[in-house]
Amino acid sequence: MPENPKILDQEGIQRAIQRIAHEIIEKNKDSASLCVIGIRNRGVYIAQRISGAIKQISGEEVLTGALDITLYRDDLALATGQPLVRKTEIDFDINDKNLILVDDVLFTGRTIRAALDALIDFGRPKTIQLAVLVDRGHRELPIRADFVGKNIPTSVKESVEVRLKESDGKDEVFIAEKK
Amino acid sequence: MSWTKKDLLGLEYLTPQEIELILDTAESFKEVSTREIKKVPALRGKTAVNLFYEPSTRTRVSFEVAAKRLSADVINIATETSSVRKGETLIDTGKNIQALKADIIIMRHNCSGAANMLARALDISVINAGDGWHEHPTQALLDIFTLKEKLGKIKGLNVAIVGDIAHSRVARSNIWGLVKLGAKVTVCAPPMLLPAGIELTGARTSSDIDAVLKDADAVNVLRMQFERDENAAFPEQLDYFKKFGITEERLEKAKKDIVVMHPGPINRGIEMSSGVADGDNSVILEQVTNGIAVRMAVLFLVSQAREAKKGRQ
Repeated sequence: MPENPKILDQEGIQRAIQRIAHEIIEKNKDSASLCVIGIRNRGVYIAQRISGAIKQISGEEVLTGALDITLYRDDLALATGQPLVRKTEIDFDINDKNLILVDDVLFTGRTIRAALDALIDFGRPKTIQLAVLVDRGHRELPIRADFVGKNIPTSVKESVEVRLKESDGKDEVFIAEKK
Repeated sequence: MSWTKKDLLGLEYLTPQEIELILDTAESFKEVSTREIKKVPALRGKTAVNLFYEPSTRTRVSFEVAAKRLSADVINIATETSSVRKGETLIDTGKNIQALKADIIIMRHNCSGAANMLARALDISVINAGDGWHEHPTQALLDIFTLKEKLGKIKGLNVAIVGDIAHSRVARSNIWGLVKLGAKVTVCAPPMLLPAGIELTGARTSSDIDAVLKDADAVNVLRMQFERDENAAFPEQLDYFKKFGITEERLEKAKKDIVVMHPGPINRGIEMSSGVADGDNSVILEQVTNGIAVRMAVLFLVSQAREAKKGRQ
C-alpha cells in the first residue's frame, strides 16, 4: 500500500538485531555481567532475539527478563484508555549488571523514563544501556538510545507500526497515519 | 475488555469477563510483593480511607498493605471513636470523607446493602469490604484466585462451601463468582444454617458432609458467625465438630489433593481440626498473601475507571 511505506522487512529486522548484538558485545567486554530486559510487549520479543544473537556470537547464555511499565506511567491519571497490567518477570539480580533495556520504538522517551524508574526499584545496575529497533525522533525528555536498529524521521501525525512473528505472525515495520 | 465501574460492591453485579479481568490483573500485581522494594507508584497522590463499622484485622490490614504498595495514602477510621458515635448518618460520614478529597472508601458495615447505598450517594469509589450477610467480594476474589492458582482453572471444578452459610457474606460472594466462572458449587451445613432460597444463586445444598467431600476438588470452610445474629439457633459446638468439622479422618476419604481454604479467623476444633488447618492440603496462608494482590488489582481498576470518567466529563 502506498500510504504504508515499509521501512524494515523480515531480513532488515534480523540484520538490525544482529548488528545491535555485535555492538553490545563490543561495548561490554565483560559479557558475564550482561543482562537484557525487554519492555512489554514487543520489546520483550526483541530482547529475546538480541539475547539469542549474543549467545550465538559469544557462546554465553545471557540473562533475559520482561518489564511491564504500566504502573510507572506518567499518564495513568489521564483518560488514555486503560492499559492492561501485565507481568514483570525479572527472576535474577540486576545489581552490578550491565543492563540492556530493549524496546521496539523510541518516540517521546516517556516509556523509557517509566522503565528506568521501575528498574531502580529492582536494584542498582552498574549501567543501563538502551537498545531500540526504531528511533523515530520527537523526544519529550532528555533520553537517547545507545543502540539503534534504524533511525526513521517521522511526522508526529504518523505512527510507526512494528509487527513481530511472536505477537503478530510476521516481521515488518511500516509507517501509518495515526488513527 | 476494560473496567468501567467506579465501585466494587459485589460479585453478583459483575460479568464473568470482569471477574477474569480482576484475577488477571491480580496475577500481575502478585510479583510486586516479591520485590526488594515492594512498592509501585500507580496510585501516588491518591487517598484511600478505611471505614470499618465492624471489627476486622485481616481485611483492613490487607487493604492497607495493598493501598500502600500502590503508593496511595491510607487513613483508618475506627467508628467507635468517630462522630458516628454522635449520631452521624452513613451518607453524611461518606460526604465528609468525599469533601476531604479522598478518592476511595473501603467500607465494612454490619448492614447488608450499606456499600451500595453509599456508592450511589458519592462520586468517589466505594469498595465493599463486607456488608452484613450480603457480600464480601474481595474475599471471594482471593479465594477464587487461590483456587485458580492451585488447580489451574475454575470451570468444571466441584467446590464445597461448608459451615455457617446462613450468616456468611463470604459464602454468597463465593457462590456468585464461582458459578459465573463455571464451577459447580455445593453448600453444606446443618439445615438450621442453610438459608431458604440459597439454591436460587445456582448452588446445590446438602447436609451430608462426607458425600460432599468425596466429590470436591476444593472445600472452603467457614466459621460460625455467632456475632451476626444473637437470636438465631446455632448448633452446639462439639456436636457440630463431630458432624461437620473438617478433620484428617474426613479428608482421608476425599480426593488426595483437595484444596482446603478458610477465610479466617479459624476456630480450631469447631469447624476445622488443627491438623487440617496446618496440613498439606491447606492454602489458608497463601490466601492471605493473594489477598494483597487481589486488593491491589481492585484498587487500581476502580481508580482507573474513576479517572477515565473524570476525563470524559
